[in-house]
Amino acid sequence: MSTVSHREVASGGLWSRMSLGQKQVIWAWSFLAVPLVFYVVIRFWPTFQAFYLSVTDWTITKPAAFVGLENYGRLLGDPLFWQVFRNTFLYLILGTPISLLISFVVAYYLDRVRFMHSFIRALYFLPFLTTAAAMAWVWRWFYQPVPIGVINDVLSSFGIPQQPFLRSTSQALPAVLAPAVWAGLGFQIIIFLAGLRAIPVTYYEAARIDGLPEGAILRKITLPLLKPTLVFLVVFSSIGFLRIFDQVYNINTNDPGGPLNSTKPLVLMIYQTAFSSYEMGYAAAQTVVLFVILLVISLVQLRLMRDR
Amino acid sequence: MKAAAFPPGLMMPHIRPGRILCWTLLFIGGVIMVTPLLFMLSTSLKDASQVYDLRVIPETPTLDNYIEILGDGRFTRWLMNSTIVAVIVTLSNVFFDSLVGYTLAKFRFRGRYIVFIAILSTLMIPTEMLVLPWYLMASQFGWIDSYWGIMFPGMMTAFGTFLMKQFFEGVPDDFLEAARIDGLNEFTIWWKIAMPLVTPALSALAIFTFLGNWTAFFWPLIVTTSAELYTLPVGLSSFAVEQSIQWEKIMTGASIATLPTLIIFLFLQRYIVRGVMLTGLKG
Repeated sequence: MSTVSHREVASGGLWSRMSLGQKQVIWAWSFLAVPLVFYVVIRFWPTFQAFYLSVTDWTITKPAAFVGLENYGRLLGDPLFWQVFRNTFLYLILGTPISLLISFVVAYYLDRVRFMHSFIRALYFLPFLTTAAAMAWVWRWFYQPVPIGVINDVLSSFGIPQQPFLRSTSQALPAVLAPAVWAGLGFQIIIFLAGLRAIPVTYYEAARIDGLPEGAILRKITLPLLKPTLVFLVVFSSIGFLRIFDQVYNINTNDPGGPLNSTKPLVLMIYQTAFSSYEMGYAAAQTVVLFVILLVISLVQLRLMRDR
Repeated sequence: MKAAAFPPGLMMPHIRPGRILCWTLLFIGGVIMVTPLLFMLSTSLKDASQVYDLRVIPETPTLDNYIEILGDGRFTRWLMNSTIVAVIVTLSNVFFDSLVGYTLAKFRFRGRYIVFIAILSTLMIPTEMLVLPWYLMASQFGWIDSYWGIMFPGMMTAFGTFLMKQFFEGVPDDFLEAARIDGLNEFTIWWKIAMPLVTPALSALAIFTFLGNWTAFFWPLIVTTSAELYTLPVGLSSFAVEQSIQWEKIMTGASIATLPTLIIFLFLQRYIVRGVMLTGLKG
């Protein structure tokens, strides 16, 4: 209270003559002042700069000069880009459905379990709290050949032949994807559980009175009412898989994205173009492409999910 | 609350075989989920001779790996760096995101909608696109290899602002009006009256921001070049490369990076799960 009266005295009565609405406006803008500077300098300006850099030939050694769409043309003609493009989409189209299917099934049944419910939920949730860079090393160790690798040890004890995993161009991408799916499940399960609980019990009661079987309840009530949750998770996890980096970089540090670029996602290509080859302009063009991909995927998904 | 989620009739007290099977499968799945963590921890407690012995409970557990790794000083330094960065960024987000969220939710002024849309639109821009301009900025201003360099991109987030705005909209105007009549200034009303009413959202925001910064790899990898300034994930990555095949050392490093968040979870499980649920429903 005393601060208000001090302020009134200090501002020579001008403040006290203002209406409540005018004071509110001044308060609002003073609250927003620092954040607005932050958003302009750290978000908006760099966004425009990224677009600008993408049409320059900026490298660490020479200043940026305008080159038009040259970087984009080079990108489209670069076989590595198409390989990376394919990998990035493989992460997306394998990762999103697999992780959502597993997490939905777990959440659907976990919702009915009451005995040690929070303990079991914790088991599924714990991997979400781990550091991807650290867990990539754990999985890398798992994938080693006998006698080091846990997975191959288990396989050989069942008489199944050894698998190359990270050393094979066909198995490496799913092997890199597994820890990413694993780490994300806990989050998705919790969100699904929240969605399942938000469905009013009366719907289920009505369905039971009508004698609907379990499967029909799932198809006609649970799934349609879960749609907002599903939309959120599909968009959220798609963006996550399209931006995969930490796991890929750490699971094969000798040749990140290898073998033969078979696991290299777009973000890793951006990182290497910018900070190994120092071709900043070219890397900027790749970030713009990533932006466009993310934008299109999100919009298409939102559209599809809303219509149905 | 929990009971309401179950269709009545399904929760008959008598135990059915389907129930037991369902529970058992869920339990086995859960154990598989934590297996990587168990192997990581158990290997960190083994010496080099036991690494190929894949028993989960080490025959002769030892803390030697931890003593050796923490003793050489690098990991303690990285732990400190990660803690400083994560705590400061979290405090900044809790303060600024909620201040902006509150202003957008509770004040009526010209330009409010434009500010909201402008902030929200930054959600569409992936971090990766801003990284090059940030790097340019950091090298021009000498922020490479500094805490500020690691922290500045995340000091405020549109996600946090949006989350807090949603929650402040649920705070009744009468409360704020009553405080105004009592002569409190607007800052005090926000800090003393409105903030305590949204603590669940604040804890969710704090948990997400802390976890996100604790595990962050991409930007710290770019903006730090000296090992002194590495955060834990970046430090661990460089450490693991240099250990090559000493898996017990690498697993110890991975455990040091992972244990803090797991231990925090054990104490705050209720809040963390509630926080994730809140975010899913409102975010």
